[in-house]
Amino acid sequence: MADVTYREALRQALDEELDRDPDVFLMGEEIGRFEGSYKVTAGLWAKYGAERVRETPISEEGFVGAGIGAAMMGLRPVIEIMTINFILVAMDQVVNHAAKIRYMFGGKVGVPLVIRTPGGAGAQLTAQHSQSLEAWFAGCPGLKVVAPATPADAYGMLKTAIRDDDPVLFCENLVLYNLTGPLPEDGDGAIPIGRAAIPREGTDLTLVAHSYTVQRALRVADRLSQDGISVEVVDLRSLRPLDVDTVAESVRKTNRVLVAEEGWSTYGVGAELAARLQRVCFDDLDAPVERVGQAEVPMPYAKPLELAALPLESKIEAAARSLLAECGL
Amino acid sequence: MAKMAGEASVLDDREHALDLFRQMALIRRFEERTEEQYTRARIGGYCHLAIGEEASSVGSIDALVDGDALYASYRDHGTALAVGSPAAAVMAELFGKESGVARGRGGSMHLLDVERHFYGGWGIVGAHLPIATGTALAMVYRDLPFAVLCQFGDGAVATGSFHEALNLAAVWDLPIVFQVINNQYGMGTSVDQSNAEPELWKRAASYRMHGEQVDGNDVLAVREAADRLLRQAREERRPSLLETITYRHRGHSVADAGKVYRTAEEVRSWRERDPITRYGLLLGERGIASAADLDGIWQDVSAQVKDAIDKAVAAAAPGRDSLYEHLYGDPAHEEQFSRMQAGAPFGERGGEQTWQT
Repeated sequence: MADVTYREALRQALDEELDRDPDVFLMGEEIGRFEGSYKVTAGLWAKYGAERVRETPISEEGFVGAGIGAAMMGLRPVIEIMTINFILVAMDQVVNHAAKIRYMFGGKVGVPLVIRTPGGAGAQLTAQHSQSLEAWFAGCPGLKVVAPATPADAYGMLKTAIRDDDPVLFCENLVLYNLTGPLPEDGDGAIPIGRAAIPREGTDLTLVAHSYTVQRALRVADRLSQDGISVEVVDLRSLRPLDVDTVAESVRKTNRVLVAEEGWSTYGVGAELAARLQRVCFDDLDAPVERVGQAEVPMPYAKPLELAALPLESKIEAAARSLLAECGL
Repeated sequence: MAKMAGEASVLDDREHALDLFRQMALIRRFEERTEEQYTRARIGGYCHLAIGEEASSVGSIDALVDGDALYASYRDHGTALAVGSPAAAVMAELFGKESGVARGRGGSMHLLDVERHFYGGWGIVGAHLPIATGTALAMVYRDLPFAVLCQFGDGAVATGSFHEALNLAAVWDLPIVFQVINNQYGMGTSVDQSNAEPELWKRAASYRMHGEQVDGNDVLAVREAADRLLRQAREERRPSLLETITYRHRGHSVADAGKVYRTAEEVRSWRERDPITRYGLLLGERGIASAADLDGIWQDVSAQVKDAIDKAVAAAAPGRDSLYEHLYGDPAHEEQFSRMQAGAPFGERGGEQTWQT
């Protein structure tokens, strides 16, 4: 099968789920005639009509809430938030409602809702449009948070998310949309939530990442291999549930671990993994868990400053070499 | 009381007319006993009573047909009773018992009854309006001939979600009636203080939506308006905003005496317009119910509430081992989370819950 872009993988998954289940419908800003701010929904409005590909006003709190209220009736809305930055005005609906409804109502009603939204940075979009906030949501019981890094995972995990009976925050990435790769080959391609992947095996260092940072991690692994350093890359794929078992198994082999993420590290994915790994891999670690993320400032505009703030390959590589140096490697 | 279009039909049906009285009396007695149980520390958390607001709640809920959906704010004990939830299950929820309507997980603010299409009981002011709007969207999506009644307090009108929900409902032509139960105060802040346009029903004009105001202490007037607007929603897919003017006799919650922000004279004047007393007098004037008939209803509802309390006292609290139940509902969730226990915080790793609270 020919390779497709991450964007096309998402579009195909949406198309197939819309076709498979009449309860699935899309809702979001500019997803209809405009075909999506990032063209993920291209062609779907023309194919399925305005009821199933519903254009909304700029009212994130309103239409996320509406998605919740439709999901409570058993529909399966797939909401697009144009970028994750805009989800903040709907934070109350996501965290205080979608996540809590099933529990606080004693299991009597559920919310089979998907919210798709891209994060990421690097195009000088500046402070308010360059964030990766997924870790904030991953800390919230009641939500599931996934962040696929490849077209195959984007396709397969979106299908699973849409079929899931619980609210799923589906984190995409602006830089990933043009990444190409194959689609899953078996069955209808649905990929389970909660299982990390190991796109590259290695023995000296475990490099954990999610979303676009996985692609950076793979390039860092390539560079380090030229110096004879063998890096194992773990793609988390899902942040809640978090597949700690797969990371721990890797760390038991490599004895060193670096967690890279595009968001701020403080209270982030690396912080959570460090806390868990120091417990389950205490005797396996040859060095403290290292973390690397975005510089802890709002994203600046000027290109040299933006580059300095991003967790680029150079920064991840430097963190890896620093960690290895602590071990005399 | 002005003659309303819906009055005749209700009063012509004695059982119906008495049922409205019975529902309001049940709510009144339930709330009085709830207050007492709260002071006995059998009920915890926040506890918002609807004493004085019975007609606003009962009148519109009575106009629902089976299949219509209902949303309410956290002042929802009367909502659940009006929709027909068993008083024992409602009281059990306030007591935090497994037999409660939300299995003791929600408490006073998060009552619901899915079988009767009552979808909560919401704790964040204004935030359930978009959710109710989504339920109306689902009715259109599924081509169901039903409507949504979304009740909320006057405090919700100043929130952004009020605007977003009404705008969405109007641009999408959704079958929903937004009912603002204007009890004059959001906690201790008056409608005048909170709203540049204190005639709340006029907000409807911003959405080219029908808006109207009725006497919220007149159960027949509320019923007539709600019935008409719900029909319009069902049949013409048109949303509307109904303001019912009423008053809460008690404070915002059981913890508020309700005295510092309003005068005793004001409270007294509203007590004189008590919706239940007033409706009882009407039933007497029209020869529908004698004083003895009404006394009988009061005795019945008192017994019903006593029974609810007795059952709630005797009911079992949820077991500690059920703490994690109902968090996720997908059949795969245990498998999905099975690799997350490693290194989890104390208490989250399974098998070590040995401490006592």
